[in-house]
Amino acid sequence: MIYYLCFLVFLIGVYGAICKKNIVKIILGLMLMEYAVNLFIVLVGYRKGGIAPIINKSMSLSEFVSKSVDPLPQAFVLTSIVIGLGILSLMVAVAIRLYERYGTFDITEMKKLRG
Amino acid sequence: MIEIVVGLFLIFIVMASIIAIETKDLLSAVVAFGAVGAFCSIIYLLVGAPDIAITQLVVEVLSLVILIRATIRRDLTTIDEDRDFFGLVATLAILFIFFLFGIEALRWLPEFGTPAFVLNSSAPTNRYLLNGLRETGAANIVSAVLLDYRGYDTLGEATVLFTSILGALAILRIYARKRRK
Repeated sequence: MIYYLCFLVFLIGVYGAICKKNIVKIILGLMLMEYAVNLFIVLVGYRKGGIAPIINKSMSLSEFVSKSVDPLPQAFVLTSIVIGLGILSLMVAVAIRLYERYGTFDITEMKKLRG
Repeated sequence: MIEIVVGLFLIFIVMASIIAIETKDLLSAVVAFGAVGAFCSIIYLLVGAPDIAITQLVVEVLSLVILIRATIRRDLTTIDEDRDFFGLVATLAILFIFFLFGIEALRWLPEFGTPAFVLNSSAPTNRYLLNGLRETGAANIVSAVLLDYRGYDTLGEATVLFTSILGALAILRIYARKRRK
């Protein structure tokens, strides 16, 4: 059930990226897709009743291994989130430049292909 | 219990993302997108990923600032959103097919709450959890994986971030150089 809701957010993002004319909406759609995938990957690594993968002294190592959630997807998603910020800043820079060039965010108005 | 709470937050995320995509005003769309990121952060906190929750919150604040910089003081913030009817129908049909394939794929995943490394004893996670503290000296296994076992990934991440910032600066700078002539 939870995975399906993540997939629904992803589909909303795809819809926004494909169907919208406003370039800011397209950017938001792409970022929604990224958030949905990040969320999905972290949720796949969740263990029922699990604790965060941080060892403390009150717990033996075997007990920790049998209770911790999966740290590997968390490490990857941490990388992915930061890269998402880079993607967003690049897209917004392009959008600002397009607005200065054409005076609008509407992608159907941007017809002059010559730079 | 936690399934219900996470499901509720995911329903909030779905609602906020629909608002972000469908509302006319760009500023409220951006704010709704910020709500999506904040709910994501709460979910990360609930499922035992505090590092990601902190990072998500910081990144969300930064991206909100960047997006508001893009949308504020633009005169024409509302655009009538109707594309041609045929294109919309075709897109929705493709999305529906994609949806069916996705449902078929999600059926093969293990149940929520049983990660893959429990089912498969040769998964690398088992080694990280068992030997992480002894081999790297980091009590937080996420940072052990991030900075030691897969340190080259983090180096690549820093490279990507640096390159994207360089690209954004280069894109924004051309205009200023032209104006000076």
